Amino acid sequence: MYFPNALLLQAATDVTARVTALEAATKSAQSAGDNAWMLTSAALVLMMTGPGLALFYGGLVRRKNVLSTMMHSFIMMALVTVIWALVGYSLVFSEGTPFIGGLKYLFLHGVGADPNADYAGTIPQSTFMIYQMMFAVITPGLISGAYAERIKFSAMALFTTLWVLIVYFPMAHMVWGKGGLLNAYLGGSIPTFDFAGGTVVHITSGVSALVCALYLGKRKGYPTEPIKPHSLVLSVIGACLLWVGWFGFNAGSALSASGLASSAFVATHLAAATAALGWMAAEWLHSGKPSMLGGISGCVAGLVAITPASGFVMPMPALLIGLLAGIFCFWMVTTVKNIFKYDDTLDAFGVHGAGGTLGAILTGVFATNAINSAQINGKVVPLGLVDGNPGQILNQAIGVAIAIGLAAVGTIIILKIVDALIGVRVDAETEEQGLDLTQHGEEGYILEA
Amino acid sequence: MKKIEAIVQPFKLEEVKEALKNIGIDGMTISEVRGHGRQKGHKEVYRGQEYNVDLLPKVRFDLVVPDTRLDEVVEALTNAARTGKIGDGKIFVYDVADAVRIRNGDRGDAAV
Repeated sequence: MYFPNALLLQAATDVTARVTALEAATKSAQSAGDNAWMLTSAALVLMMTGPGLALFYGGLVRRKNVLSTMMHSFIMMALVTVIWALVGYSLVFSEGTPFIGGLKYLFLHGVGADPNADYAGTIPQSTFMIYQMMFAVITPGLISGAYAERIKFSAMALFTTLWVLIVYFPMAHMVWGKGGLLNAYLGGSIPTFDFAGGTVVHITSGVSALVCALYLGKRKGYPTEPIKPHSLVLSVIGACLLWVGWFGFNAGSALSASGLASSAFVATHLAAATAALGWMAAEWLHSGKPSMLGGISGCVAGLVAITPASGFVMPMPALLIGLLAGIFCFWMVTTVKNIFKYDDTLDAFGVHGAGGTLGAILTGVFATNAINSAQINGKVVPLGLVDGNPGQILNQAIGVAIAIGLAAVGTIIILKIVDALIGVRVDAETEEQGLDLTQHGEEGYILEA
Repeated sequence: MKKIEAIVQPFKLEEVKEALKNIGIDGMTISEVRGHGRQKGHKEVYRGQEYNVDLLPKVRFDLVVPDTRLDEVVEALTNAARTGKIGDGKIFVYDVADAVRIRNGDRGDAAV
């Protein structure tokens, strides 16, 4: 009698141990899968800045400014990385006020292999940190489209440093940080939906770009002398790398290798496609020919607009958001820019500011818990207009307004400071010679060498 | 001696070279140039910004021939370069005072 009981007890203990081991193995497998996708996504987002944005913007400027323009993207990969590691991650993702995070993770203190359950419970916090870093890297790079061909390199570096501190970190904390004012999932008082950075990345950079364009003034000779892109070939390669990298940007924002990541991937691709078609069709009707530049501009506009919506919307609304973005941004850069006569060199405002705003508002229309079932205050709630929550459009508009206000005011103050300290714009002779020679002492193309 | 300067469509380069070779003209200098006569340029549009491109790419032939060969060379050039459309180009003929072959100092017709 004694012996079988002991055996039974032994068997029960074995089952418990095996279940525990199985649970641990399952968790570890999920963590491995999620971490693999998130590290890949981080690398994809870095690829958007270099070479993606560097080629896209580099091809659009004149030959004498190709290196300086590429440098405007490349330098972000070094400069913003350091700022992010020292203070940025902490100011965005540690708990603080509704407007800016605290100092808990200063110098990446305590950011290691253990997950941060507030944000992503299945991946090491260091993965989450490096993934979010890539967003901070590309955002000031987008602004460079507005000041290309006429800014001092030193001024650009100082501007960028101040800009991420004064505009980007507060905005990212408000939308994504725990306790941020606009954070829908972690205790924000005005819940807005911004899956991958419509407000944080595209509206802030686009609006700051417009302010830079207005503050710096037009390039010498614009718009009377012909200022043509020196190599659309480079731009096509760059834009296509952006398209691919954007899967890391949007699908990676699921922070896991989940069904939500797949859904965001699909929405992203569909919107890019219809936006390219929309821009080219508008152009074909307007000026008689569908251009390669129009196609790539359109796809970028669509990718921008779907960014805040990508983890919230069904495939058919994604098609529609892309189409509207392609047509709307075409109208912005061809008509509105000409009416107001600002020289936004590479249309950072017309594409990122306008496309980001459109996308943020449309997220309030099409967001549905059929796609994103993350709980808010412990329950699944209706998200956008299509779920029967029209009030969300107002929340989205408040988020947009805060992003516009912060970017505009912050950028003006920063430009004044930089101008007073070192001067923002190069002199006329330097501009004529080109920034490659005058700022960097080299040329992009040396055909006799 | 005459100098012939012919400005032709770039896509006629090989045909003109071949035609000159067929009548025994081996020496020539070719440059890529830009310009326009009666030919209108074309319009380029970059994100709604329109540019009229009126300086068009052409190829210029420079060759010097003895007076006796002038007519046949001009005829060969004209026939090879002609499409009948505006933009075919022009031929200019100049008198040449002298020519020197640098290698051995030959002068005049012997040098060309």
